[in-house]
Amino acid sequence: MKNKTIKKVDLIFEQVDHLAILDKTLNRSSEEIILDIIDSGLRGRGGAGFPTGLKWKFARNEDSEQKYVICNADEGEPGTFKDREILTQVPEKVLTGMAVCGKAIGASEGYIYLRAEYNFLLPMLHQKIDTFNNVLKEKKFDFSVAIRSGSGAYVCGEETALMESMEGFRGEPRNKPPFPTSKGYLGKPTSINNVETLVFALMIANLGPKMFKELGTFDSRGSKVFSISGDTPSAGIYELELGMTLEDFVNEFGDGDTKAVQIGGASGYCVARKNFKSTVIGFEGIPTGGSMMLFNSSRSMYNILRDYLEFFEEESCGQCTPCRIGCQQLLKGVEAVKKGLKPPSYLENLQRLSETMKIASKCGLGQSVGNPFNSIINNFREEIIY
Amino acid sequence: MPTKVLIYIKVHIINPTKNFMTRIEQFVKEQADYYGRRRNSLMPILQAVVQSERYLSEEAMVAVAEELDLSTADVFGTASFYTFLDTVPRGKNIIKVCKTITCHMKGKDEIISTIEDQLKIKLGSTSSDGRFSLLQANCLGWCHKGPVMLVNDEIYTEITPEKTVEVIRDYLKKTK
Repeated sequence: MKNKTIKKVDLIFEQVDHLAILDKTLNRSSEEIILDIIDSGLRGRGGAGFPTGLKWKFARNEDSEQKYVICNADEGEPGTFKDREILTQVPEKVLTGMAVCGKAIGASEGYIYLRAEYNFLLPMLHQKIDTFNNVLKEKKFDFSVAIRSGSGAYVCGEETALMESMEGFRGEPRNKPPFPTSKGYLGKPTSINNVETLVFALMIANLGPKMFKELGTFDSRGSKVFSISGDTPSAGIYELELGMTLEDFVNEFGDGDTKAVQIGGASGYCVARKNFKSTVIGFEGIPTGGSMMLFNSSRSMYNILRDYLEFFEEESCGQCTPCRIGCQQLLKGVEAVKKGLKPPSYLENLQRLSETMKIASKCGLGQSVGNPFNSIINNFREEIIY
Repeated sequence: MPTKVLIYIKVHIINPTKNFMTRIEQFVKEQADYYGRRRNSLMPILQAVVQSERYLSEEAMVAVAEELDLSTADVFGTASFYTFLDTVPRGKNIIKVCKTITCHMKGKDEIISTIEDQLKIKLGSTSSDGRFSLLQANCLGWCHKGPVMLVNDEIYTEITPEKTVEVIRDYLKKTK
C-alpha cells in the first residue's frame, strides 16, 4: 500500500524579518492587502473557518472613527495548545500580523486577549509589545497593541463573549447579528482573529497568495498548525498541509493501535477506525482548530465522553436554557444508562436532546456539544451501555 | 415638685477609623487610578486584587464597586462568572491540577492524591495554615505534556508523583 506522505510545512514558526515585512505592507494600500488575503483563500484558524479576507473587508467597509483589532489567544479548547507555542516562539510575527490587520481595516488599537492559564507569558509579551509599539511610533504608523487577560472561562474564546469580558461584563455571548465587524468591542467595528490566522496573514502579505494557494485543497487552502496529543509516541505541535486523510495522519502519528481520533477538540468529532480512510481533515471533511487527540484500544470511550460532558457542563455560561440544562442532562443521562438506571434506548432521547441543543443554543458551545456526543455514541454505543 | 425624668439618648458613634482607608481600599484606589474608572477597567482591577490577595473579599468587591460607581451586586455578578476570580479565601499558593481528558488519561488522579497526602488537605480545600489551596482546573493547554499543574502562575509539565512531591517541598520552603 502506497501512502501519500504528509507534507510538513514551516510558515508559522519560521523566523522572519518582521520589520521588513511591516515596511513592505505599510507601503501598500489596504485594498491590495485585503485582495491578497481573499485570493489566498485563508480561512480562520480558530476552528470556525470564516474567510479572513472577507472579515477584514467587512471591517474596512464600516464607516467609523474608531476600529479595533483583537487577537484571540483564549485558547481553551481541550487538546489545543498551538497558540501558546506560537506566542512563545514568534511573538513578533503575531504583533506584526496585528499591525497588518490594523493597516488593512483602518484600526489604531489592537488587543491580545490572553487566557489566564498562560499568564506566565505576560512578562515576555509586555516587553515585546513595548518594543514593538515604539517601533510603530518611530515609523509614524498610528497603531498600538495592549494585552487583556482572561480569567479562566472557556466560553470567552467565543468572539462576542470575549468582547463582553474585555468590556468588564460576564463573558456571555451576544446575539448575532450584528457581527463584530460592524459592532464589536465597545460597539465599534472589530476584526477578531485567531493567533495563527494573524501569522498566516502576515506570511501571505510577505510572500504573496500564490505559495499559500498551492498548499492544501480547494476548500482548505494552505497549512495548519496541529496540536497532537493522547496515545501517540510523537505528541506535540506540527504544521501540516490541509486535506490529508485521517488514515495518513494515523499512520504517521498513531501508536499502531489507534481506535479513535477526536478531531477538533472536545467540541469536535470522534472518528472510529473504520472511517479513517474516508475522513478528510479540512473544511470539506472534518474541520479542526488544530486539536487531534488519539485514543488507543486501552481507553474506555465512556470515560472520554464523560470527561467531555463534565467539561461542557462546567463551562456552559448558563445564559441560555438549552445549553445550561442540556449539558447537565446529557451528563446525568449517560451516567444513568451506564449504571443501568435507564434502559439503553434512553440514549436515543439524549441524542434528540443534543439535536435540540444544536438548533436552540445561542452560541457555538451549546451548538457543538452534540458533535462529540453523537459521534461517540454512534461509533461506540456498546462501550457507553456496558 | 416636678420629678426629674432622665432621658437616655442612644448616640450612634461613627467609627473614627472610617475616615481612613483600609489597606484593601487603598489598594483598590491605586488600581483604579492606574487602570481607570470605566467599566472596561473592571476586569484588570479584579485581576490585580486576586493577584495580590489570592481572592476577592466582600470588602474588596465593595471597594471596587465604590471606585467604579457600580452596584456591588454587579461586581460580584461579574466576578462569580470567572473561575480564576475566587470569591472565597484561598491559600498563599494555589495549586491547580489539570483534569481534562489527556491529563486524566495520563494520571492526574495520582497527582492529586499525592498532593492530598503530602499537604493533608482534600481537593477543593485550603490548608489550615493558609499556605496552600488544592484545586482542579479545566484544560490548561499542555495536552502533549500531561499531566500538568499550575502553581500560582508557574506551570509544571509531565509531572510524576515523585516530581510533584519535590515541587511542593520547594514551595513549602519558600512560604513560611
